[in-house]
Order: sequence, then structure tokens, then C-alpha cells
Amino acid sequence: MTVKIVIGLDGTDTGERALAFAKDLASKMGACDLIAAYVIEWSPFTFQTPEENAQRHKRREEEINLANARIVEPAVAALKEAGFNATGVVRHGDVAETLNKITVENGGSQIIVGRVSSDGFAKRIFGSSTQNLVMHADVPVTVVG
Amino acid sequence: MNNFKTLGLATAATLAAAPLAAEEAIGIDQKVNQVFADLTGPFVSLIFAPFPGTTFPWIVMWLVIAASIFTLYFGFVQFRYFKHAIQLVKGDYSDPNDAGEVSHFQALATALSGTVGLGNIAGVAVAVGIGGPGATFWMILAGLLGMASKFTECTLGVKYRNEYADGTVSGGPMYYISKGFKELGLPGGRFLAVLFAIFCILGALGGGNMFQANQAHAQISGIVGDYPGWITGIVFAGVVFAVIVGGIKSIAHVTEKIVPFMGVLYVGAAMVILVVNYDKIGWAFGQIFDGAFTGLGVAGGMVGALIQGFKRAAFSNEAGVGSAAIAHSAVKTNEPITEGFVSLLEPLIDTVVICTMTALVIVISQQMIIDPATGNYMLNEAGTAIATVDGNSGVALTSAAFASGISWFPYVLAIAVVLFAFSTMISWSYYGLKAWTYLFGEGKVAELTFKVIFCIFVVIGASASLGPVIDFSDAAIFAMAVVNIFCLYFLMKLVKKELFAYTARLQTGELKKHSA
Repeated sequence: MTVKIVIGLDGTDTGERALAFAKDLASKMGACDLIAAYVIEWSPFTFQTPEENAQRHKRREEEINLANARIVEPAVAALKEAGFNATGVVRHGDVAETLNKITVENGGSQIIVGRVSSDGFAKRIFGSSTQNLVMHADVPVTVVG
Repeated sequence: MNNFKTLGLATAATLAAAPLAAEEAIGIDQKVNQVFADLTGPFVSLIFAPFPGTTFPWIVMWLVIAASIFTLYFGFVQFRYFKHAIQLVKGDYSDPNDAGEVSHFQALATALSGTVGLGNIAGVAVAVGIGGPGATFWMILAGLLGMASKFTECTLGVKYRNEYADGTVSGGPMYYISKGFKELGLPGGRFLAVLFAIFCILGALGGGNMFQANQAHAQISGIVGDYPGWITGIVFAGVVFAVIVGGIKSIAHVTEKIVPFMGVLYVGAAMVILVVNYDKIGWAFGQIFDGAFTGLGVAGGMVGALIQGFKRAAFSNEAGVGSAAIAHSAVKTNEPITEGFVSLLEPLIDTVVICTMTALVIVISQQMIIDPATGNYMLNEAGTAIATVDGNSGVALTSAAFASGISWFPYVLAIAVVLFAFSTMISWSYYGLKAWTYLFGEGKVAELTFKVIFCIFVVIGASASLGPVIDFSDAAIFAMAVVNIFCLYFLMKLVKKELFAYTARLQTGELKKHSA
């Protein structure tokens, strides 16, 4: 039976460590599919100007393309090169909630994330999100230090 | 040493010149005021012309009749689908795959930030100050009826918006008038859309800009002392310029986040005052109800109260004006009617809740003088408005009313007024821009031209006195409603078709909650 593992990426060293750990774990497990996931922090209950609303769809596409190009696609390529079955996904939403949802939708059995991110993209994604994920996830979560 | 001497001389020279400069500055304010009043007078007179033989402005009737017709035509949609509107705002029916797009909540919040503001603070004080507590009753009624107008225009706003190849959207009455008329095979759609766009630009420069700048200046000078309005105008224009031309999003972001907080704080403070004076709430509602049908001695009696209530409600929640349709049209939905349902919450929050809070605080604080002998309100010397304890009117009356309960609240109110004014200006600069680009085409030069004109009007608004500004602001906003409502009468059958199709699917269970 193939096991599916979701890796929460954040575009920093912490995410890289989670990715390295997942590779290591998957190589020991045998039949294993890896899903590299990147969640762009977003809430439907924020306040925006009319101009931002008018351009939101365009910005959303740009955000997804950027995350794919810079973070997810390189990670998936590296995993495939290392001989793993790997796919990538980029979503908007609450990080903890969305990572859990991606895992449940794909029948994943484990989530691997980095502990705390330092800055930039990472700050928006992890931090308290990791704690939320650990507390509310439907599957086991491994937090890589 | 020389430097000190030079500085000292320069300071002395500045001090000596200061009174002269102040006189000149006041002279500029007066000139701006006079020219402005002369230019806008005929337009204002036309919009507010009374029915022959009465004092009742035809425009007020126009709005109320329209709201009543929409209410009946859609079978009291504002009450029947109120619960569904809340579910939509909560995101119960939102597709999870649309995460990252504009949500119903965001579209509503953006539209509200354009309407909640000075109309709720200064406008209500003007209405109650002239029309007495009874104006509140008519304001609430107009708010409830206006929910149906908002439903109609915002559904059309989403249905007929333009979605461009790059993913950006443009919507509003300009688009639904021209496209809707074409769909129905009616002539004149393009002409009416152009006419609306012209009035929308005037509305953006008037109510969405000059009135805001004017009242913000009144509020600031009320605290720091009197000084020429053009100074506030230039500072405000500079900040607005930085945001809309310079693209300094951080200022807009900060404002957009503080404004909702200020709104909650404002309602919270009103609640505190009402709770502290809980024993007077029954009396205040009695005054509102009595005043609605007797006038309680105000100028014009019951009709005076009604006119003021309806006028202020329309100016505050903009139902039937068409501006909200521009703001709501950016939402991500495949069902235009859902945004109609969501938008009907806007007049409820704006007028029925926030405006009523302001009115109750003003009535309960007893800033308006009652003749103990008759129980009626006493009029000022000119006989045009109710006499107040300190002779206050407009935003100063609201401020004094809140101060009677929470002494330091005027300072918070001053900040709130400035921020509300600023956020309303940002919203209306966008509405005006959309109308402008509809007329002159999308393009950097066209956009920049409008934005610069918008900033110039900030200075004019802050410099002119309240009378001409408030008249022109009302007239420009109501002129939008003349065209918009006329067209809505033709287009409302398209909305009804949408309503039937959607509610049938809702009842059969075809449309399901995603969160369930």
C-alpha cells in the first residue's frame, strides 16, 4: 500500500529541512507519494480597498504562479529527481486548516512541517500556524526543528 | 551667533506677517465659497425643487417611492432573505476553490467603508437638529425600504460587470444600464449610462470628497482652534494624492484596518451611553415616534421631520444612488443575485443600526432644548433648526452629545471623523475613476487627470463653508439616483428572473452549503 505524505513548504530553510526529512523518511518507507504543499495565508474576512478588490483575481493568479515557480515546482522537481512520486499544490487560506484539508482530500497519512520560520514568506505562513496544525490536524504531524 | 540672529529676525518677520497672512487666507476661503456657491446654485435648486405648491422636494419622493416599489416587486426580499444574506456573508455557500478571491464579506466591508462615515455622524445630527427626533423614525423606515433598492442595483452590478482578460473587473450602473438596455432591446442605454457617469463624477467630487474634507476640517478646527480651511485641504489632498496617485498602499491599508475598528468603537461608545441612560431609552423612542407624526414643534412639522429623515438616510446609505453597485461588482461569485442579498445588509448596518445609535445618543443627551411648557422643541432665532444647549449643529452636536456621557470621547470622535472622511474619499475616488474611465477610456493619462482633479476638490471642499458644500454634495449624489432609479425600473425584471431561478434551486436543495 502506498503511503501519502504532505510536506508544508514555506520557501525558507525551515521548509527545506522539512523537505529533506520527508525524503529521508520516504526512502525508508518504500512505496510513498509526496505532496509538496504551499499555502498562501488568506482570510475572507479582511478589509480591502475597492481598487484592491477589482484587481484581486489578477493578484491571486500572480501569487499562485509565483509560489509555484519559486517554491513548489523546484521542490517537486528535486523530489522526482531523487526518484520519488511527487506532486505539488498551492492554495490560499488559513495555513493550518488548509494543510489539513489538502491531506484529508488526498488521503494523506502524515504532515511534515518546519518548526518556526525566520522571516519573509515564512513569517506569514508558519509560526502559530504550526501550533494550530499540531492541535487540530486529523493525521499525525511531524515538526522538523 | 549670526545664525541665531538670522533665525530671530526671520521669526519676528513671520510673526509680524502672520495676521496679514491669516486675513488673506480667510479672504481666499470666502472667495472660494462665493464662486462655488454661484456655480452650483442652479444645479442644487433643480435637484431640490419642491412639488408645486408644497415644500416637499421631489427627489426625496423619488427615492422613497422607488424603494417602496422594489420592496413590493421583490416581495419584501429584505426580510425574507435576511437570514440567507447572513449565511452568504459567513461564507456558508462560498466555493472553497475560490479561496483567495474577493469574498462576500470583503465586498460588503469595502462598500460599507464608503458609506459608513460622516453621514452617520454629522448627517444624522443635521437631520435630528432640523427635523427633530421624529426624523429618526423616517430615517429607519427609509433604511429598511432602501435595502430593496440596494439589492436590485448590486445584483445588476455583478451580472453586467466587465471582466477583462487580465482578470481585473469594472462594474456599476454605467455597465448595467448600457448592457441591460441592449439586452432588453431598449434605446438610449448608452446615453443614460453616460449621463450617470457624469453625475457619478460630480457625486464623487461632492459627497465623496468635498463634504468629507469640509467636515474633517470643521472637526479638527473645533479642537485646535480656527484656522483657514485650505491648510487642511492641502494636507488631506497630499495624503489622498500619495495613496491614489503615488500608490502608497500602506496608508490605505492602515486606514482600511483602523476604520472598522473605529466603527465598532463608535457603536460601542453609543451603547455605553445608552446603557448608562437605560431609563431614558423608552422616553427617547417615545420622542422619536411622537416627533415622526407631530413634528414636536420643528420647522415644517411632520413633513419637516420626514424630509430630513429620508434625505439623510439616502445620503448616508446611498441606496438607489448606484455607488454600491460599483463596489460590490468585484465579488467572486457565479450567482450575481447572491451579492444582491449581501448588499441588502448595507443600509441595515449603516442606517438602521449606526444612524439610529447616533440619533438616540443625541436625543438622550438632551442637547436639544425642550420648552417645558409645551413639551415641544424650541427653535433657534432664525427658526430654521432646533435650538441646542451650546448652539451646536452638525458634527459638533454629535460630539457634544457623546461628551455628555463620555467626556473624552470628542477626541476619539475627531480621529474617527478624519479617518472616516479619508476612507470615504478613497472609496469615492475609485467610484469617480470608474465613471471617468467609462467616459474617457482606460489609460494612465485619463486616470491621472481624474485623480489630480479629485485632489484639487479636496482643497476646495475644506475651504468652502458648510452650506454650499452640503447642498452641492446632496444634489450631486441625488442626481446619480435620478438616472439610476429610472433605469432600474426597466431592468428590475431581469433581477426578478435571477431571483426566481436562484430561490427555486435553493428550495430544491440544488444549492448546498459548502461548509456543511
